[in-house]
Amino acid sequence: MTTNTRAAEIGVSSIGKDFGSFTALDSISLTIGRGEFLTLLGPSGSGKTTFLMLLAGFEIPTRGTMTLDGAPMTDVPAEKRGFGMVFQGYALFPHMTVSQNIAFPLQLQKRSASQIRARVAEIIEMVGLGGHAHKRPNALSGGQQQRVALARALACEPPVMLLDEPFSALDKNLRGQMQDEVRRLHRETGTTFVFVTHDQSEALALSSRVAIFEAGKLQQLAPPREVYERPENRFVAEFLGDINLLPLSNPTRDGEMLTGQFGGRTLRAPGHEDGHTLAIRPEYMRLGHSAPDSGNAIPATVIDLTYLGADTRIDLTGPDGTAITLTHPTDDLPPGIAPGSDIWASWPEQKGFLL
Amino acid sequence: MLRIRPFLRPMILLAPLLMFLGLAYVLPFAGVVGWSVTLPEPGVQNYSAALSDPLILSVFWRTLRICAIVTVISVTMGYMLALLWVRGSPLVRTLTELCILIPFWISVLTRAFGWLALLSSRGLLNSWLEGLGIIDDPLRLVRNEFGVIVGMAHFMIPFAVFPIASAMRSVDERVLMAARGMGASRTRIFTRVFVPMTATGIMGAALLVFVFAIGFFITPAILGGGRSVMVAELIYLRIFQSPDWGLAAAVSVILMVAISALLALLLKQLSPKDAK
Ligand SMILES: Nc1ncnc2c1ncn2[C@@H]1O[C@H](COP(=O)(O)OP(=O)(O)OP(=O)(O)O)[C@@H](O)[C@H]1O
Ligand SMILES: [Mg+2]
Repeated sequence: MTTNTRAAEIGVSSIGKDFGSFTALDSISLTIGRGEFLTLLGPSGSGKTTFLMLLAGFEIPTRGTMTLDGAPMTDVPAEKRGFGMVFQGYALFPHMTVSQNIAFPLQLQKRSASQIRARVAEIIEMVGLGGHAHKRPNALSGGQQQRVALARALACEPPVMLLDEPFSALDKNLRGQMQDEVRRLHRETGTTFVFVTHDQSEALALSSRVAIFEAGKLQQLAPPREVYERPENRFVAEFLGDINLLPLSNPTRDGEMLTGQFGGRTLRAPGHEDGHTLAIRPEYMRLGHSAPDSGNAIPATVIDLTYLGADTRIDLTGPDGTAITLTHPTDDLPPGIAPGSDIWASWPEQKGFLL
Repeated sequence: MLRIRPFLRPMILLAPLLMFLGLAYVLPFAGVVGWSVTLPEPGVQNYSAALSDPLILSVFWRTLRICAIVTVISVTMGYMLALLWVRGSPLVRTLTELCILIPFWISVLTRAFGWLALLSSRGLLNSWLEGLGIIDDPLRLVRNEFGVIVGMAHFMIPFAVFPIASAMRSVDERVLMAARGMGASRTRIFTRVFVPMTATGIMGAALLVFVFAIGFFITPAILGGGRSVMVAELIYLRIFQSPDWGLAAAVSVILMVAISALLALLLKQLSPKDAK
């Protein structure tokens, strides 16, 4: 990764934002590292845009302070922060061509005409818009407009890039393409990126860390793998994809592990302080006609099989009528399972966690 | 039951309007066109006279000049009002809305006489200024082009506001935010982003005001006091005073053609543009 001398570090301390009597953000504290790719993830209305607007300076926090490279930033207005911003819906200047759009922020910096021309050409090349420089935004496809918005935000080599659901209007293929593009731009520029999305897989794929918001509160801030595999609470666990939850009775601590009873079986998982529900992701569970010698296993009845290509999703009912879902590699499915079959679902102890 | 072909059904609803328009506009206009080429004798001499008589030409030029000035004033002031109406604080919005709507309740005639009372040589304004000792002789504010322009602009400003306000309402707030985030000053955002983004509204308002202004009759007749005659008043004079119906008809047709051409332009301007 290139180190960008202009990439900045942002400190946010106990930030809150009220709209009238409604608290949109409640006491958020975090540090966004230099050159980091931080994703803000959360359901609709969780305060992601509000948080981004506070970072950008378009909204003023009701409480708390922010710093930019250690210097106070809370009272610095948006126009003085010099961040690059990509808005939901692009927000391009409709009356300007692609190159005029990109040149606009450069002209504000009073660069010479030849410098501007060179930089516009360079950045158009960088985002792959060659040949479209003289078109107006309304003559471009969604993906192209998105590139213009990225180019315009990147033109001044901002210390921080803020992106609000930039790909929500694009179809799935284009989305994937643009995600690769943004990853590449992040790598090449080395700038600090803060990226809002409500798409879990997008967040997991892109970021160095994911901040999960719910109802104005920061639920967890950790690298993608950690939020997915070691979610701190039930909300995070359920928000990041399917999960099976098995309530344990008679929990007892046993070193690093917690042991408990579920449906007459003894199950074990790496210990958490006081969680008594065993959580296990569908893709870590395997099916078999008998219980394996080691690891956790529960008996279940097959309800339905859904063929998804490489994987097959299987819906089961476990002990006490608990609904269980697992995704199994299609190739490895034990022979002869059909709706109604009695079967064992098993998983390695280390893959479960407690909530 | 009467059987009517489906595609003719909308016609039933339109018929009364079409009949009214036919009787009130198309038929009389056809009559006017008829007069223009038959009175006092068949031929196009009325048109050549209208287009060569220095007096009539000077009236055409004055009409164009007054309409152009009125358009510039109305659109400029309309733009400012629309700005207050669309982007002001809630209180400012309500007040502006009242200022825009109240004039519609007052007739053209009342307004023209109102201006006369205010601006004439023994009117309110001159009396005050003389009373305060600022001027010795009354200013000539009416019975000239100035008076006509003031009266007409006053009438047209609310009409200019609507197309401009609608263009302003369709401006995406985030585009302005984007400009601000890049470090653009308020003035810069206004001149480089906001005004260009509302240009279609400005064009629409300008054409609307101009077309409307060309046919003005009462305001110029009262505030111009016969010294600043515009086309509509000229036609009136040629019919009721000269009388020279053929010439008046020819001038009417010329006016009508000019307005139609401008309206065609207006519609083309306002219709949604295809992506280039
Ligand atoms: N200007 C405002 N005035 C009043 N309430 C607001 C304002 N802006 C946001 N809110 C409220 O704050 C909450 C958070 O909104 P925000 O736009 O940050 O959500 P979000 O996480 O970006 O959601 P989405 O994924 O739908 O964009 C919402 O309940 C919203 O109604
Ligand atoms: Mg949002």
